[in-house]
Amino acid sequence: MMVNIVAVAGLELKLGIRNRWVILSVLILTLFAGILALVGSAPTGTVGVDRLTVTAASLSTLSVYLVPLIALLLAFDTVAGEIDRGTLHLVLACPVSRFEILAGKFLGHLAVLSIAVVAGYGLTGGAVAFAGDSGLAGFDVLARLIVTSILLGAVFLGIGYLASALVRQTGTAAALAVGVWLVAVVLYDLGLLAMLLVDGDGIFATTLFPWLLVASPGDAFRLFNLAALGGAKSLTGMAGIAEALPFPPGVALASLFGWLVAAFGGALLVFRRIEP
Amino acid sequence: MTAVLKADAVCRDFGRHRAVDQVTLSVSAGERVALLGHNGAGKTTLFKMILGFLRPSDGALAVAGHAPGSADARRAVSYLPENVAFQKSLTGREVIRFYAKLKRADRAAAEALLDRVGLGEARDRRVGTYSKGMRQRLGLAQALIGTPQLLLLDEPTSGLDPISRQDFYEIVTEIAARGSAVFLSSHSLTELEAKTDRVAIMRSGKLIADAPLPQLRAHAGLPIRIRVESTSGDAETLAAQLGGSRVNGRSVEILCSADRKLERLNAIGALGAAVSDIDVTPPSLDDVYRHFSGAADQEEPS
Repeated sequence: MMVNIVAVAGLELKLGIRNRWVILSVLILTLFAGILALVGSAPTGTVGVDRLTVTAASLSTLSVYLVPLIALLLAFDTVAGEIDRGTLHLVLACPVSRFEILAGKFLGHLAVLSIAVVAGYGLTGGAVAFAGDSGLAGFDVLARLIVTSILLGAVFLGIGYLASALVRQTGTAAALAVGVWLVAVVLYDLGLLAMLLVDGDGIFATTLFPWLLVASPGDAFRLFNLAALGGAKSLTGMAGIAEALPFPPGVALASLFGWLVAAFGGALLVFRRIEP
Repeated sequence: MTAVLKADAVCRDFGRHRAVDQVTLSVSAGERVALLGHNGAGKTTLFKMILGFLRPSDGALAVAGHAPGSADARRAVSYLPENVAFQKSLTGREVIRFYAKLKRADRAAAEALLDRVGLGEARDRRVGTYSKGMRQRLGLAQALIGTPQLLLLDEPTSGLDPISRQDFYEIVTEIAARGSAVFLSSHSLTELEAKTDRVAIMRSGKLIADAPLPQLRAHAGLPIRIRVESTSGDAETLAAQLGGSRVNGRSVEILCSADRKLERLNAIGALGAAVSDIDVTPPSLDDVYRHFSGAADQEEPS
């Protein structure tokens, strides 16, 4: 079983390199992280927190938008596109199970994503640490950010596969992926914000809101990272919320894992039923 | 002989449409069987059932004694889809290595297949630069990896030029001689060039013929065409003597059944110097195929 998964994953990573997905996502993440680090590291002197922690705080917001987008772009073509173009038929006829195919593609895509996140954030974090005088302080924050960003990406890979397996055309899958991104990382938050404005101190804001927040993978990711920032609470508005959460930050992590299992499981279930 | 592929009254419905209807056939080890039919006759549906992509609605299907789609069945069968496609940014060698790994076959032996199908020179070029014929040959090399028990080829020669087609059947004959069962589909009997042991013909989901080609020919009972050219250029007299129809000023065409061929030829020979040339054409493969698919048309007007 492992041989097949590794073979499929290896091929997917090779395709990621050939099709310039790896280099493109590394460039995008490095570019945005670099800009944020430059802009964000200016006021640290007055707050008295190490630069790396400040940078990590801004990068976590960047991750919420960019990492799901990259993951969805990697994933949307996986089932629909390959069946459309006929490249999947041969693999499906081989003595390989559907689970092995999907798991292999997942690991391959996750490797592409991990390279992008580690390189993009690692470079930026390294540059910030090098430029500042606080040395390795805040390194743990950066490491946590990188690991959870990859986890967030894994969730959206799963969602992307599910979308891809549900439709048969690449174009539809692409549209669905963009729609998922828009709802999951933009509209959902806007909706919550709107409800907060309408019902500022009712039962919604005090009881329901934190749970609705942690139910979204993007927000769960943000909550977990900001709650772990500790001394940097004053840096972002959301850190205050993290403080007032009615549950430990581990719940946010559990939410991410729950999403991963549900999305991948759902994708596998649909993929198994596909008759190419 | 052991049947590697065995179909027993297999049916497949799509809603109210019956795509495959009571098909019973078998392919034994070392046998080459061609499945013929128009587009939509049910060939691809039958193939998908053999691969385990689709389940039969009724009937039984076994590949090397296993249920289609099971791990054992998939190990036994190799597949070449119609219009095979590969990831464009991979090289031919990388494609072959990937499938060799999935099929647990020896990598060197698998790569040698590239030479066998004539892609030795192009092995390190990206598949995106291949022509359709080259992609088809790469697909064949992929299907030959690990000497499968059943080779399933869906319209394998449709994009090939005559020379590659000849090479293709040479390889198929070779692999069948080594004990693989070969089951291939085509929509023209001429394309097969009589290179198969048996021909099965499907029409509207039903199997309407399943026999060696000479038998099909005999069963069809199509007339032999004899064309006689007169020395004097007087086709009128010749037609009167032989009882055929005049084609042009010089020639006469006679249609006769296979068992009366010699009789007619003797009659022509008796004319001696009056005949300058003679041309005997047996019914073409396309005529035979048209006869069978046409016969089904009359039974079942659609």
